Amino acid sequence: MDLVSLYPLLKTLWVVWFFLLFAFILFWVMRPGTRRTYEAVATIPLRDEAPRPRQPHRSV
Amino acid sequence: MPEGGHAARLAAEIGTLRQDSYVEGPIKALAIATMFWGIVGFLVGVVVASQLAFPLLNLDLEWTTFGRLRPVHTSAVIFAFGGNALLCTSLYVVQRTCRARLFGGDEMGWFLFAGYQFFIVMAALGYVLGVTQGKEYAEPEWYVDLWLTVVWVTYLVAFGGTIIKREEPHIYVANWFFLAFILTVAMLHIGNNISLPLSLGHVKSYVAASGVQDAMIQWWYGHNAVGFFLTAGFLGIMYYFIPKQAERPVYSYRLSIVHFWSLIFLYIWAGPHHLHYTALPDWAQTLGMVFSIMLWMPSWGGMINGLMTLSGAWDKLRTDPGLRFSVAAVGFYAMATFEGPVMSIKAVNSLSHYTDWTIGHVHSGALGWNGFITFGALYWLVPRLWGKTELYSKKLADWHFWIATLGIVLYITAMWVSGIMQGLMWRSYDELGFLQYSFVETVAAMHPYYVIRMLGGVLYLTGAILMAYNLWRTVRDEPAKQPAVTAALPAAAE
Repeated sequence: MDLVSLYPLLKTLWVVWFFLLFAFILFWVMRPGTRRTYEAVATIPLRDEAPRPRQPHRSV
Repeated sequence: MPEGGHAARLAAEIGTLRQDSYVEGPIKALAIATMFWGIVGFLVGVVVASQLAFPLLNLDLEWTTFGRLRPVHTSAVIFAFGGNALLCTSLYVVQRTCRARLFGGDEMGWFLFAGYQFFIVMAALGYVLGVTQGKEYAEPEWYVDLWLTVVWVTYLVAFGGTIIKREEPHIYVANWFFLAFILTVAMLHIGNNISLPLSLGHVKSYVAASGVQDAMIQWWYGHNAVGFFLTAGFLGIMYYFIPKQAERPVYSYRLSIVHFWSLIFLYIWAGPHHLHYTALPDWAQTLGMVFSIMLWMPSWGGMINGLMTLSGAWDKLRTDPGLRFSVAAVGFYAMATFEGPVMSIKAVNSLSHYTDWTIGHVHSGALGWNGFITFGALYWLVPRLWGKTELYSKKLADWHFWIATLGIVLYITAMWVSGIMQGLMWRSYDELGFLQYSFVETVAAMHPYYVIRMLGGVLYLTGAILMAYNLWRTVRDEPAKQPAVTAALPAAAE
């Protein structure tokens, strides 16, 4: 079995692999229980100016 | 050193943010370069538009013909104006969202600034003197390409290095878009410019691929320059500056991640729609068309995410001219990314291809989306970079907004009419099957629209000059505050 005969199979597998990868990303982003995490990271650009009195502190 | 200065520095260092340690000098220089090249690029645009309306303006000199000035215009607006805007904003954003000083420090920033300006000048000189590869948006010859590769890889090292040494655990979504832009442009630039010079001392080179393979590589490059330079990079600007201007987080962070990955997965395949009805195999044309149509989803998902960030803060549109530019930019992004997939459909493309409709489409994206999002970012960024509290004049910025918007509307509508008319004239034939119009008749018919387009360009250029004046006065007028002290005051009060 040489590379040429493997080519159609690999070509199909590549599409399937990309589809699965993208489906996994969708699942990973949308999985339940992460709302808080994403709400917190969304404020990253809003926390980069001069510290204000009610500035939330970073955990690290 | 004055006592207050030292105390302020100490307080800022104890504070979690250390904003006085960020690299800013080169970013200021890049902001100035953005404005400068913007005006140069728009001006050359007005010149070439005038040449199309009045061929006399070619001046019968080889250096000033449309053929040589056109790449000066496209490169000046895309790579000089857009590229400097992307360098400026990405280096500003990555430091702040990573809470880390630029990798390589000031020297790195200054090298990127100087190296990139040198690339621009070398490329433009080549075009005017007739040195070109003849590849659209990749006209610079091999020696300029090599230099750009050096600068670009350094850019990747600076940006990636800053992300690696970040103190913020999460990589904010804007940085994902910027990183995708830098990485992909590196890949595209190298892939499309594999060529051999005649000899080491000769400016002329020949590309490795030939025929339809070369055409496909060229448009794999060309369309992804749109996708990753003009879209992904500028979306990085959107995801940082719209939340900053609206003072609220992005509407949905989850949607922003889905937006990113779907855009990345789809865009890279859309290039073949530039080669409909050519020697390119039919399946590849259809593939390009299908992926272009699928791009509707990430484009509009991202547009909704940008616009909905304003929900609850729409009133800011009345008071913040910068935000108005950013939001109008997202509106133009929506319009251009709706029109693009429509034009990629083969049946539509058979009418629109090679006509001015394409030019109008490109400009609704370039003037509306790329230009406006950059203006929005500059109106926000320049006062902050120079430690000012206010713009010199909001009224001037309002004028800029409306003049530029009117200019875009004139431009796009003129090109729609001219392009569709041109396409219809080309394909109409009489009862005996002969073509009804000669080529020169279509050129004559387009003349009035070329004049309208030129006027639109003049308005857009005028707006940009107003902005440059406004920002220059903003920087110059009031005495500079001491940013370190203002940063330290609230911290000291804690």
